[in-house]
Amino acid sequence: MKHVLAVLVEDKPGVLTRVAGLFSRRGFNIDNIAVGETVSPGISRMTITVEGSETIVEQVVKQLHKLVNVIKVSNLSEEPSVMRELMLIKVSAEVGSRSDIQQIVETFRGKVVDVSPDTMIIEVTGNEEKMEAIKMLLQHFGLKEIVRTGKVALLRGSKITREG
Amino acid sequence: MIISAMQKEGVEIIFGYPGGAVLPLYDSLYDSELKHLLVRHEQAAVHAADGYARVTGKPGVVFATSGPGATNLVTGIANAYMDSVPLVLVTGQVPSGFIGTDAFQEADITGITLPVTKHNYLVKNAKQLPEILSEAFYLASTGRRGPVLLDVPKDVFDQEAPFEYNVECEIPGYNPTYDGHVGQISRAVKAIRDAKRPVIFGGGGLIRSGASTALQDLADKAQIPIILSLMGLGAYPGDRELFLGMPGMHGSITANYALSEADLIIATGVRFDDRVTGKLDSFARNAKIVHIDIDPAEIGKNVKIDVPIVGDVKIVLEAILKKLQPGDTAGWLKQIDNWQKQNPMPGGLKKTGSALKPQFVIKELSRLSDDHTIVATDVGQHQMWTAQHFIVRRPQAFLTSGGLGTMGYGFPASIGAKLAAPEKRVICITGDGSFQMNSQELATAVYNRLDIIIAIINNSYLGMVRQWQDIFYDKRYSHTLLEGNPDFVKLAEAYGATGMRAKDEHEATAVIEQAMQQKGPVVIDFVVEPEENVYPMVAPNRAINDIIIGGDRS
Repeated sequence: MKHVLAVLVEDKPGVLTRVAGLFSRRGFNIDNIAVGETVSPGISRMTITVEGSETIVEQVVKQLHKLVNVIKVSNLSEEPSVMRELMLIKVSAEVGSRSDIQQIVETFRGKVVDVSPDTMIIEVTGNEEKMEAIKMLLQHFGLKEIVRTGKVALLRGSKITREG
Repeated sequence: MIISAMQKEGVEIIFGYPGGAVLPLYDSLYDSELKHLLVRHEQAAVHAADGYARVTGKPGVVFATSGPGATNLVTGIANAYMDSVPLVLVTGQVPSGFIGTDAFQEADITGITLPVTKHNYLVKNAKQLPEILSEAFYLASTGRRGPVLLDVPKDVFDQEAPFEYNVECEIPGYNPTYDGHVGQISRAVKAIRDAKRPVIFGGGGLIRSGASTALQDLADKAQIPIILSLMGLGAYPGDRELFLGMPGMHGSITANYALSEADLIIATGVRFDDRVTGKLDSFARNAKIVHIDIDPAEIGKNVKIDVPIVGDVKIVLEAILKKLQPGDTAGWLKQIDNWQKQNPMPGGLKKTGSALKPQFVIKELSRLSDDHTIVATDVGQHQMWTAQHFIVRRPQAFLTSGGLGTMGYGFPASIGAKLAAPEKRVICITGDGSFQMNSQELATAVYNRLDIIIAIINNSYLGMVRQWQDIFYDKRYSHTLLEGNPDFVKLAEAYGATGMRAKDEHEATAVIEQAMQQKGPVVIDFVVEPEENVYPMVAPNRAINDIIIGGDRS
């Protein structure tokens, strides 16, 4: 099962290495990771998607807690939350296939952000299922390149993940 | 500034080795009252600081230079990390402007030690030093203890900065839990009351938290037998009836049977290492497990736990004692007594010719030592024989490399131990292989006139590896015969130490008695039966009650 962890860390040199190193040396798998600022200065938030059983994820959480620069770890998969990812797809787009592509993009509420004589770049945001679905549909036009941000997530409602 | 911080932290001695990048640091040391022990290899500095820390409970402090000085520390740091020993290490680094240019004697030591330190720092500015130093001491010596490293570029040593030092400090991401959860403590109390076949299984955490008195009270009041891991030896006196010995691969038969048959295991400051549990899914199948540990990540890591208690072992045991209701363990103790009688520790005492048995040497060393003796071991067969046959009666008196299994640990650790407790007798029990991994420290021990007995259990083999080749590889002794060993008596004498040799039991007893009267380091070369194996033995990944008895039990 996939778990999405929100990890609040002190914004200090090497903190990403510490987190990434922990995953590799303990044999945990990172699916994806996204890092950015928070409302509190000096604190960054990592959103880490981990694949593994309950027991493994419990170990991951405990081991992350042991890192001195890690302030808070919460498992967002255990509670209702909003999860999003952004993906850019460069797809082959011959003149004849452009309107077909356009239609698919609209259905997924994506955007065409660049067009060249034989390619288009499409931007989509959403959850993992949506990403996989549009990828599959665009596949037969010829996927040239894909880049994804990794998941970011927030708890629904007024609850927040904070450092206290 | 670093020296002043050391004084504020109550540091008495620094273990180290100078070099280019720490010239400014050593220059300030020159005028200070701090003692410094000059070793002959940086690895020995860490092991000595580690031995000092295990004996005193205070962080051991190490200085070393950049590049090779720093990388030579790595084994010692990993060793301390695995055994949760508090250390503060200061390494010099090339000047700030040269970092990242592959400068002379540059190594990314914070990167290298990331997985084997509790935390580490690259200090970029002298202004940060007071805060970082105080954090380093705080982190090393609280919670689950461990090594903390500061890498300081040469120019930072020379920078001027205001020195305001607070020993107390707060780190937002670091709040160890000391008091156990009240509800879980009640569950543990109830489990003890209801248990018919309980055992206490204790480890290094007992020693680090100073919990031996609480442990002894619990065992004695509730009449619960005690099993101690290699790291826990000494937490309960080794000659008392309730003590069943060490469990696991070379543990006592009774300890392994008791763990397998118990209905309750009270695990205190242990981490269920594979050398203890054997095959995990057959470990303690009949038992409810209470696990008390300061590190939440250890609870449930290897073994499923029924009553998890995160907290300081001493505080939690004291809380349990307050509410303790002893159960009825009489029948269980009788059963254990039977196991004890039927399965004494194989002594290997029956002589084959005049060859000296290693177990005899250990037993004699133990018999002739007083209660306060500190024994340090290296790694291998002699380590297991010491764990089996040397009676350790006090905590912080048995120093061994448990987790990492570092050959070369014992001798420098015994140097650290002697400096920590000059009034106590210190014996290093080592092997001919292990001793040669740090024998250069004879110079350090002789120069500092340290009364240490170095007992080499010399079988001219890399004994433990040879034993595995004997049992699992059809006696194909690939590269385990240590041909070319030096004459250890002459080696000792070359350094100015005393050297002695014993080849039979009579000589062994005589030289031990003689060595105990001697001043300065004494190296004793015990020439023992070369192909003696350590028994009992549980093969790796087998159930711990599936024991190869072996040996001679007469």
